[in-house]
Amino acid sequence: MDILVVIEDSRGLMHRMSKEAIAGAQKIGGSITALVIGDNSDAILNELSSIAIDETLVVKHELVSSYNSDGYTEVVAQVVQSTNPDIIVAGHTYQTRDFMPRVSARLDIPFIPDIIYVEQDSYTKQVLNSKLNSSVSSSSNKKILSFQSACFSEEDMLPGSNSSQNFEADLDSSMIRSSSEEPFQESAAEVDLESAELIVSVGRGIEKEENIPIAFDLASAISAEVSASRPVVDAGWLPSFRQVGSSGSTVSPKLYFSLGISGAIQHVVGMKGSKNILAINKDPDAPIFEIADYAVIGNVLDIVPRLIETLNDT
Amino acid sequence: MKIAVLVKQVIGSESALVISEDNTWVKEENASFVMNPPDNYAIEEGLTIKEKIGECEVVIVSQGPTRVQKVIREGLAKGADRGIHIEESGQIETDPLSIAKSIVYAIKDENFDLIFSGLQSDDMGMGQTGVLVGELLGMSTATLAIETEIDKEKIRVKRELESGWFQWVTLGSPASVSIQSGINQPRYPSLKGIMGAKKKEIKIVQSQNAEKNQSIEKVFVPQTSKETEIIDTDLNSTVDRIVEILKSEVKIF
Repeated sequence: MDILVVIEDSRGLMHRMSKEAIAGAQKIGGSITALVIGDNSDAILNELSSIAIDETLVVKHELVSSYNSDGYTEVVAQVVQSTNPDIIVAGHTYQTRDFMPRVSARLDIPFIPDIIYVEQDSYTKQVLNSKLNSSVSSSSNKKILSFQSACFSEEDMLPGSNSSQNFEADLDSSMIRSSSEEPFQESAAEVDLESAELIVSVGRGIEKEENIPIAFDLASAISAEVSASRPVVDAGWLPSFRQVGSSGSTVSPKLYFSLGISGAIQHVVGMKGSKNILAINKDPDAPIFEIADYAVIGNVLDIVPRLIETLNDT
Repeated sequence: MKIAVLVKQVIGSESALVISEDNTWVKEENASFVMNPPDNYAIEEGLTIKEKIGECEVVIVSQGPTRVQKVIREGLAKGADRGIHIEESGQIETDPLSIAKSIVYAIKDENFDLIFSGLQSDDMGMGQTGVLVGELLGMSTATLAIETEIDKEKIRVKRELESGWFQWVTLGSPASVSIQSGINQPRYPSLKGIMGAKKKEIKIVQSQNAEKNQSIEKVFVPQTSKETEIIDTDLNSTVDRIVEILKSEVKIF
């Protein structure tokens, strides 16, 4: 089995989920090639040098000095055609989602994304709002796989050594039809969720904006910070710096007190490292309960005001 | 300008999910169907552009059995001009590459300038269709757009990256862009819109069965690895138990 791991540059360092993808490739087993693209490849090569992979391919070219969908699609497609791997793997990151389907369409190789568990040739991914799992298989002799956060653990990466060589990608400027500007961050966050000890997090179950103060009242009763799931931020009820999940912060507090959050995977990846998870939700099938230590079935709007009263009395 | 919006009809999040006898999906008769929620933002973005530039046609495209005409009508009621229904009979396709090829077959002669899609579907969650269709049609692509700016020849989109980062990308035309939820406030159809939608055209095209590249073997209820204490009791006991957990088990005070 020949496996190609597409490594992602995360502002100069190897993306955390690329490390998990390497651990995944090692677990699947076979001859592993890592592909590193762009201006930061030297620093990333350095990180890769002590890992047990067979070879590292490096692409340095001005047209892919930083990420762009056209250039990456072209490079990965050329590497796949030249090295002929059986499996192409990557972390299920926003960048992978941006260009990997194009590689799939261009080379007619199926792309099974967002995998949470691998067993032989069967890949588990969540379906139907994370309420059910599905095993997906492919009869194709080649496939592209992307692993969801924590499908494999970075700590399981086997140490070793490898040699690197340059891959001469055949690129010209007519292939790059889009121009990308520098990435930037919006307004600075007013809270540091990532180092918060206690977090009260609010989801769609709070029902309306007028109920948001309930979350702040609970937070002040237990000296916690307030965070939110994406739908609450999308609705404009709380600012985006309070968002927890794949497009927001990753948190690991001593207590994550979740109010009316259903627990879609995009949210869960940002908070499953919490030491204690206490979730209130009126839907007994809410996926958040699968990872909760304490699953309180009931209406946030009934329970939390009474809880605040009790806490403030004692 | 011609804009296609790819939409999907999915099982509503309030539906009870009963796994089918062959274990490969859930029973449809127990489900209610809705517009895939992220697709509402894609429709709204198309309609907003139409209102801004005037000379513009918005076409709602959906693949699935007859029932999906309901979500096409919903798009028409909101203000889209016409619909294309790519009709599937028998087994519903779940392989994204086969679906994309079928959509491409149905729309390739339309020469759309822009294709919008929601970021992913609530049912399969593959998150690929818009990009696959764009690539197969030789278009520029971008994903997770949180803002768009339209020019004659170009579209500039603000892409959401991870952990609160963003990036502006300028795409040549034609382009396929997936829309991040929250980019706008999707409108509701007006009564006049609903009445008007009945007269709008929905073209029906048979889906193409491309070779299947991946398929679902089975669906199953996730196993929890954690020991979870379930608290499902009256209000007073619930509140008392939470206070006790906070004090004695999590020890936050």
